[in-house]
Amino acid sequence: MKDMLTPYVTDDGRQIGETLMDMRNITLRFGGVEAIKDISFNIQEGEIRAIIGPNGAGKSSMLNVISGFYNPQEGEVWFRGKKRPPMKPFQVARLGIARTFQNIALFEGMSVLDNVMTGRLNHMNAGLFSQALWKGRAEREETENREAVERVIDFLEIQAIRKTPVGRLPYGLKKRVELARALAAEPKLLLLDEPMAGMNVEEKEDMSRFILDVNDEFGTTIALIEHDMGVVMDLSDRVIVMDYGRKIGDGTPDEVRNNQEVIDAYLGVAHD
Amino acid sequence: MSADFLYGIEVIINGLMAGVLYALVALGFVLIFKASGIFNYAQGVMALFAALTLVGIMEGEVPFSHLINAVFGTEIHHFGWEVPALLAILLTLVVMIFFAWAVQHFVFRHLVGQEPIILFMATIGLAYFLEGVGDLMWGSDIKTLALGLPQGGSLWVEDITSGLGGDDFYGFFIDKLDMVATVVAIVLVTGLILFAQYTKQGRAMRAVADDHQAALSVGISLNFIWVLVWSLAGLVALVAGVMWGAKSGVQFSLSLIALKALPVLMLGGFTSIPGAIVGGLIIGVGEKLFEYMIGPMVGGATENWFAYVLALIFLVFRPQGLFGEKIIERV
Repeated sequence: MKDMLTPYVTDDGRQIGETLMDMRNITLRFGGVEAIKDISFNIQEGEIRAIIGPNGAGKSSMLNVISGFYNPQEGEVWFRGKKRPPMKPFQVARLGIARTFQNIALFEGMSVLDNVMTGRLNHMNAGLFSQALWKGRAEREETENREAVERVIDFLEIQAIRKTPVGRLPYGLKKRVELARALAAEPKLLLLDEPMAGMNVEEKEDMSRFILDVNDEFGTTIALIEHDMGVVMDLSDRVIVMDYGRKIGDGTPDEVRNNQEVIDAYLGVAHD
Repeated sequence: MSADFLYGIEVIINGLMAGVLYALVALGFVLIFKASGIFNYAQGVMALFAALTLVGIMEGEVPFSHLINAVFGTEIHHFGWEVPALLAILLTLVVMIFFAWAVQHFVFRHLVGQEPIILFMATIGLAYFLEGVGDLMWGSDIKTLALGLPQGGSLWVEDITSGLGGDDFYGFFIDKLDMVATVVAIVLVTGLILFAQYTKQGRAMRAVADDHQAALSVGISLNFIWVLVWSLAGLVALVAGVMWGAKSGVQFSLSLIALKALPVLMLGGFTSIPGAIVGGLIIGVGEKLFEYMIGPMVGGATENWFAYVLALIFLVFRPQGLFGEKIIERV
């Protein structure tokens, strides 16, 4: 097994860096129910890290802990070498953690361009006064942000629908717009909650390609949840397997595939 | 052109100007409803409170003077100075922003995720609370708002339009105050639209209006946006309060103008800024025209109920209003 706490080079030659995010002994409860039980893992810079597991295993809860939508009762979240205090989701977003949602949360009434532009909100610093006068800094900032947004739109091949209201788009494209919005924020860490749920084979292939390209071109660290095992094994550098709120496996796709406990969880061996 | 026809046009013009004021009040409702799903029953009282505060500050009254005198046995009522109108308006705006912050901090922050009916009840409570505070702060007597705005019919308009008709037509009678109100409202609405379209905060505001979760994920603080929309609603309330107050004095019945905004909202849709404006204009023109043409046949005073009947008809045939989002129930 590779020493996961130090930088390493992947089989396809990508450099994986230091630890970006470190989750230490996370426990999350809803009333009496423990959704996450004492889980620790880390995400290293440049990695594609997957969280898999059967329904109700606590994967989405874990993603929500990382993105600040839930605050765990126990455990520590370390981000870029600093312990992160309990935070609101918008504060986490401002730290450079962007996310997509399992059942898509877009601004349906706005155009694709406006949606992606909201991803840049944290890159806009001009005061209200200079915005009102549309001079100097505000103007320069607007141009820069527009350029960044156009780059993302080109990259994800959604130029054709730039002006379309999001509400009118088909499901697969909505997923892509959501990814575009998250990317526009230039996140240090990108969280994808089932990016391929409900897609057909062709759409899944497109999305896989985009995820790999994003990671490759921008060097964005990605943590994702996915049900499709084939996709996960192809995409990710390391995989965490969860079952009933516990972590039952953590390692490269090959290591996880051969882990007896993981096989049992997926084939449904009775718990005692 | 016949005089009857010209008087009809005059009625329409006056209706449009009355409609502008309805639209202003309705706009305050729409701002808050869009961003937070709260139907703010207190909007009318906010207009009253803003007008009361403006008069109080201008005349240098001591806030809570009755309370202070009762507790400490003093006899203070006035600071003994008068504040210029412009400065007083700015100070009132500061008070309204503080009110917005307080409402968010002490009430709605604790009610996030509650049923709409609970939020609505909270605003009813807020309305009565604010009315009480207004009373306690500035006293309950009717005040005149002496901003120095022009009043009365515009002779200038009368002069240049009198030539349009025959000898029995004396030109359009248009209130100068209505004209000022219209200009102010146009400036305010244009400003709000520019703000929403082109500034960072405006974008964030539209984002929150569309989807809370998505807004959080791109780093928007819901609390900040809610304070912002309540502040904007406070600004709109201030403008509406000033206009109505200048017209008919600052008195507690001012809070009832909020009721006039309800049919406007049913017509225009609760979530549409253009809807509030067009709805306000339709109601304004509609009730004046109805009163002018049908009124005499039914004994007059139709302005009291016309708007509500129109709204009722709309509710039956187009419940989402003219511009509201269509309600589609997926099965």
